[in-house]
Amino acid sequence: MTPILEARRLHKHFGLTHALRGLDAVIDPGEIVAIMGPSGSGKSTLLHCLAGIIPPDEGEVLLSGEDIGRLSEAERSRLRLTRFGFVFQFGQLLPELTAIDNVSMPLLLAGQSRKHALREAEDWLDRLDIGDKADKRPATLSGGEAQRVAIARAMTIHPEVLFADEPTGSLDSLSAEVTMNLIRNEVKAAGTTLILVTHDPRAAAYADREIIIRDGRASVDSRVAA
Amino acid sequence: MNRMDNALTLLGLASVAPSYGYDLKHTYDRYFGINKPLAFGQVYATLGRMIRDGFLVELGTESGGGPDRRRYQTTEAGHARIRDWMMTPDVPSGALQSNLFAKVVVALLTDADAGRLIDLQRARHMQQMRELTKAKQQADLMHVLLYDHALFHIEADLRWMDMTSARLDAMKADLK
Repeated sequence: MTPILEARRLHKHFGLTHALRGLDAVIDPGEIVAIMGPSGSGKSTLLHCLAGIIPPDEGEVLLSGEDIGRLSEAERSRLRLTRFGFVFQFGQLLPELTAIDNVSMPLLLAGQSRKHALREAEDWLDRLDIGDKADKRPATLSGGEAQRVAIARAMTIHPEVLFADEPTGSLDSLSAEVTMNLIRNEVKAAGTTLILVTHDPRAAAYADREIIIRDGRASVDSRVAA
Repeated sequence: MNRMDNALTLLGLASVAPSYGYDLKHTYDRYFGINKPLAFGQVYATLGRMIRDGFLVELGTESGGGPDRRRYQTTEAGHARIRDWMMTPDVPSGALQSNLFAKVVVALLTDADAGRLIDLQRARHMQQMRELTKAKQQADLMHVLLYDHALFHIEADLRWMDMTSARLDAMKADLK
């Protein structure tokens, strides 16, 4: 089976900081992988490199065997729009838009009709049990509700890979649990690969396995250990 | 299993440099014997077993000297046993810290990769958290509470590992 994502000897510097130091990682299609490690270990840098948001200084990121470093910036941007989904710690919803408009936005950007985009968005909001919040703006939603909208927004394009960077970081324990249950159930149902960066071991426990990063390298990779 | 392994900890201390039994006992008590120092008899019995098992050899026994005049040196098999002990994660339990603490101290004293042994233990804990989380998803509410209890205990261990990991450089400087 060709891995959906593969990092080969990634190096990344930020000024004098050597954030990634020859990191290797392999992620299979449909896996949920938690990337863990202390602050400054390089886990968010790894996520950004895997998602094509920043290029590594050395090494390769392969998406289904294709080196995304060979793509133009426009092609990488298209990749992020059509094949990747993103969920961040604070949802990062557009504050002036309603929940349903936030969720339909990626489909509109991908060229879908407004009618189709709204119908899909409505389905996703219902599916995540926040259909009654469709016309609410983010400021009026609880943290857990806002995160569900963010999940709906990320999943509405049926991404091959969902990248989640500390998705429970701003939530209380119970909301975090509900959120992780939802993410796990939805990505498993859709066959989407999930890359989860988290400090929170209880969130990471929803993953199939973890990669522990230390000093810019994979200190423990349970795929290798297994 | 997860209680601190006195014998392997003593062997780990002996692996830092050839040592007298007397010094090993005092080094052990300084790091680990706050509540329960080792008895001399236990130290020499343990060292004797380690010699029998090929993990230690005696050096330069002085004639007429008692056991406290003998120096003990770790053999290759002894070093291998210590590496194996340090890098084999324990099953999570309430008594984990004492053994993990001993492994971390011995790793720092012997320039072994203390960060990696913590990461290996972290991965073992995460495996258990995954199993409990999966079981919890199928459980009724009363059992959910029980799983929560177990999960929070494992999480406490993990937080201790985070803090220890962040303090490794300072601990190493302190031990030298």
